Amino acid sequence: MRALDMKVIRDLWHLRGQVFAIALVIASGVAVLVMSLSTREALTNTAEAYYERYGFADVFAGLKRAPESIKHRIEDIPGVQTVQTRVVRYATLDIEGFAEPVMGQFVSVPEGRAAALNRLAIRTGRTIAPNRADEIILNEPFAEAHGLTLGDEVVAILNGNRRKLQVVGIALSPEFIYSLGPGALLPDDLRFGVMWMGREALAAAFDQQGAFNYVALRLSRGASADSVLPALDRILKPYGGIGAIARKDHLSHWFVMNEIDQLSKMSKILPTIFVLVSAFLTNMVMARLIATERTQIGLMKAFGYSNLEVGWHYIKFVIVIAAVGIALGLVSGAWFGKLATELYAGLFRFPLLLYKASPSAFVIASAVTFTAALAGTLGSVRRAATLAPAQAMIPPSPPVYRKSILARTRFGRWLDQPTRIIIRHIIRDPIRALTTVGGIASAVGLLVLALQWGDGLNWLAQRYFFDAQRQHVMIGLAEVQAANVVHDFEHLPGVLAVEPLRFVSADFEVGTITHRGALTGVVSDARLQPIFDETRNAVIEAPAEGLVLGTRLASKLGVEIGDRVWVNMLEGRRPQLQLPVVDLMQTHIGMPAYVHLDSLNRMLRERPSVQYINLLVDARAEAALYRELKALPAISAVMLRQAALDSFYDTLAEHLLVYVTMFTVFACALGFGVAYNATRIALSERGRELATLRVLGFRRSEISYILLGELGLLIALGLPLGCLAGYGLASVMATAFDTELFRVPLAIEPVTYGQSVLVILGATAISAALVRRRLDRLNLIEVLKTRE
Amino acid sequence: MSQANVTLEAQGLTRVYGTGGVQVHALRGVDLALYEGELVVLLGPSGSGKSTLLNILGGLDQPTAGTVQFREHTLGRAGDAELTRYRREHVGFVFQFYNLIPSLTARENVALVTEIADNPMDPATALGLVGLGERLDSFPAQLSGGEQQRVAIARAIAKQPDMLLCDEPTGALDSETGILVLEAIEQVNRELGTTTAVITHNTVIGSMADRVMHIANGLIANIEHNSQRRAPSELAW
Repeated sequence: MRALDMKVIRDLWHLRGQVFAIALVIASGVAVLVMSLSTREALTNTAEAYYERYGFADVFAGLKRAPESIKHRIEDIPGVQTVQTRVVRYATLDIEGFAEPVMGQFVSVPEGRAAALNRLAIRTGRTIAPNRADEIILNEPFAEAHGLTLGDEVVAILNGNRRKLQVVGIALSPEFIYSLGPGALLPDDLRFGVMWMGREALAAAFDQQGAFNYVALRLSRGASADSVLPALDRILKPYGGIGAIARKDHLSHWFVMNEIDQLSKMSKILPTIFVLVSAFLTNMVMARLIATERTQIGLMKAFGYSNLEVGWHYIKFVIVIAAVGIALGLVSGAWFGKLATELYAGLFRFPLLLYKASPSAFVIASAVTFTAALAGTLGSVRRAATLAPAQAMIPPSPPVYRKSILARTRFGRWLDQPTRIIIRHIIRDPIRALTTVGGIASAVGLLVLALQWGDGLNWLAQRYFFDAQRQHVMIGLAEVQAANVVHDFEHLPGVLAVEPLRFVSADFEVGTITHRGALTGVVSDARLQPIFDETRNAVIEAPAEGLVLGTRLASKLGVEIGDRVWVNMLEGRRPQLQLPVVDLMQTHIGMPAYVHLDSLNRMLRERPSVQYINLLVDARAEAALYRELKALPAISAVMLRQAALDSFYDTLAEHLLVYVTMFTVFACALGFGVAYNATRIALSERGRELATLRVLGFRRSEISYILLGELGLLIALGLPLGCLAGYGLASVMATAFDTELFRVPLAIEPVTYGQSVLVILGATAISAALVRRRLDRLNLIEVLKTRE
Repeated sequence: MSQANVTLEAQGLTRVYGTGGVQVHALRGVDLALYEGELVVLLGPSGSGKSTLLNILGGLDQPTAGTVQFREHTLGRAGDAELTRYRREHVGFVFQFYNLIPSLTARENVALVTEIADNPMDPATALGLVGLGERLDSFPAQLSGGEQQRVAIARAIAKQPDMLLCDEPTGALDSETGILVLEAIEQVNRELGTTTAVITHNTVIGSMADRVMHIANGLIANIEHNSQRRAPSELAW
């Protein structure tokens, strides 16, 4: 081995604490990058392969009932390659041993053969045999949640008839990678399940023989959904079509893509912070190393080493530091990526989820980090390379300090000398001080960002599950019914109050902007599910006429109070009306548009009708109520608020735990790395100064004050800045993750700032303690003799 | 000169460095006494053990065996905290390479020490004593080597120590500047009566002392009494 390479190894070993601290920061950035890139790649590839192999459709449309004979008209739409007609209905289930009613979404499949589109991935068992009306295939997560296996029986109330169905298969479908029950925010596999029945049997159960109420299309290569959708809507309009959607708006697909999108954003925003900080840190350490080796550099040059060789020698340090960090980051990133992918596998159900630590993610992460580390240290290395040998051999003249303006003030005169040393040192090298402050601030900011997710979700749960939804149970009727159906529910056990609701699919149109959504019809003085405005933190009374729009919808349409919106309803007589916007309301969930229920029915020219009924229930009578609900024929859905709330917290708690742990580790690594390097460098530069003070009779605590006081002051500056940075990062994320389905609220609790500050203080305290130990071992005798 | 009051007394000082195979005996049983107000020069070639002796007398190092008695302090067995207190209350140090704090001005470097002392003089007075009354607000980078060393002397004496220990104070200076520094030391010793020990390998400097201790091979080879102290200005090397 060449002597110079030996020097690299020995010097790095000597600096191992600092090298490790920087490597930790680099590793954190690389880990986030690798984790998000490889998880994204795993999700993307798996989804694509899954869609391709199982024929996930391009266009979807629900309708009321159309004869099978119009199928060929749909096939004739230019760009349509394959048409799949189906019967899809909701029904309640009675699962033995499970007290609460369960909702089932029944989807028809061809008997005895594979479907043309949206084919099932059979996990165990088989497809539906021909002429078997009692066979059923269960969606795997639902079967798992209830421990149902082949041969088990499930009781369903299909169109009022109590039917025993036998499980013959367990499957997954590209349509239900993410399966949400109606009105749910997150999957609840105990209370909502997708199941497949033979087309004939399901059609017979719901009076859809020779007809269909759902159609899916595969488009030919190159065809655009934009041109197919209007044509399909025109054909389905007379049959109660509620508006076709393209794949991008398909709920399950949307959630998968949204997650992929979030991972992409995460892979851009977060690693940038780590990479920048690690570049600054590497620069700090290299600048110091080069300063201490000034004489050696002069010597190397005197011996005839070229500028290039000297520069390369120091670049090797950077390469090794970066390589250690990258190696640590690749390993932990691959591990975190696997963890995250497994987490997604619980939420998104794929027949197989192949996670392989992505080579491209490794390459990108390594390249970005190397480049940043090298770019960050280029200045120091160039200074080393171009140092004139004669000049390098002379010890540097003492650093020049000046009195700050502060020193001339009354406050300045009151300062003691150790404090002056601290302040002048900071002022002399503001870039380095800023690096430390910025690094600490980033660490706190990252932690605030991670911890505030919990705050946001609590806030969201409070608004959504308590302020906006005050009912205990929401019942979906199989069909729209006359308003007096409400009275049937008043007499059910434990029911304290009843309130109807109606949703009608509608297109909203202003100029060239359209939005496909729904109108929600609410009653006067609604108490169970009122219009709740988060900004005013109050209930808004439904106006007799006109619309109350969610602010997100209003901004999409570009309207304000007083403007008019064309509303094209997609159900009943499909009226098209221009309605005034009379009020706006803020919500983080969906893009609602409210009207008065009476006005909605009038516009549809129907007698007073309802489709959803909210119940307020006495908890003591819940069990009796559930028993009755399981037997009621006319209902297709039962939604329990407490269950929804529980699943909201169960699902998110697991995800949050993983992410908060991950971020806490990374933020601590950042805080520790920055504080440790700043202090070690300061110690290296001022060890002689501090030892001199010890000789002059200063106590250990007094010199610790000078060294750690500087760190303390910088941390004290960094902490509040970190809280600000955390708020900024959280709002950047909130903006980046703003979607039509939900928005992440920015609702940071004070305790979150407190916790973040304490955790980072802890991490920096550890590094301070490590350096403090070195301070105790200062060699007092050395300084008497040697010159730095 | 009066030899009545002993400031510091050492007996049987040995100092062995290293463990196991290689052992270096830096001191091999040194006995000495420093008397109040005297100026002693410890003379010896490098490696003779003079620095080790000074370190032990100054409370920077512990002898392997032997005792050092300074008034109520027994240094031989003192812990770190007690040695720190000893240095802080009784000893002033002047280093070969000045060891000023670069971020503090001359006045502030002196104030650094007076702030932790019980009965200090005003920093400006101390700097005036070494002839730097006009350079109070200069930073070390703005001062010459001799000036820096005189600031260091002012810093050492400002707390009115009982003992001033100077380790090769002229080692980094040319002779002309070195003499200025020695004048400052001599003046402090004379005017304030501070017991002063100067380490040097420069034999010429011995003639400004009351006593010269020749150190060789870890022992005091002999002690020379000067009947007449020569003024530093008369020295040349």
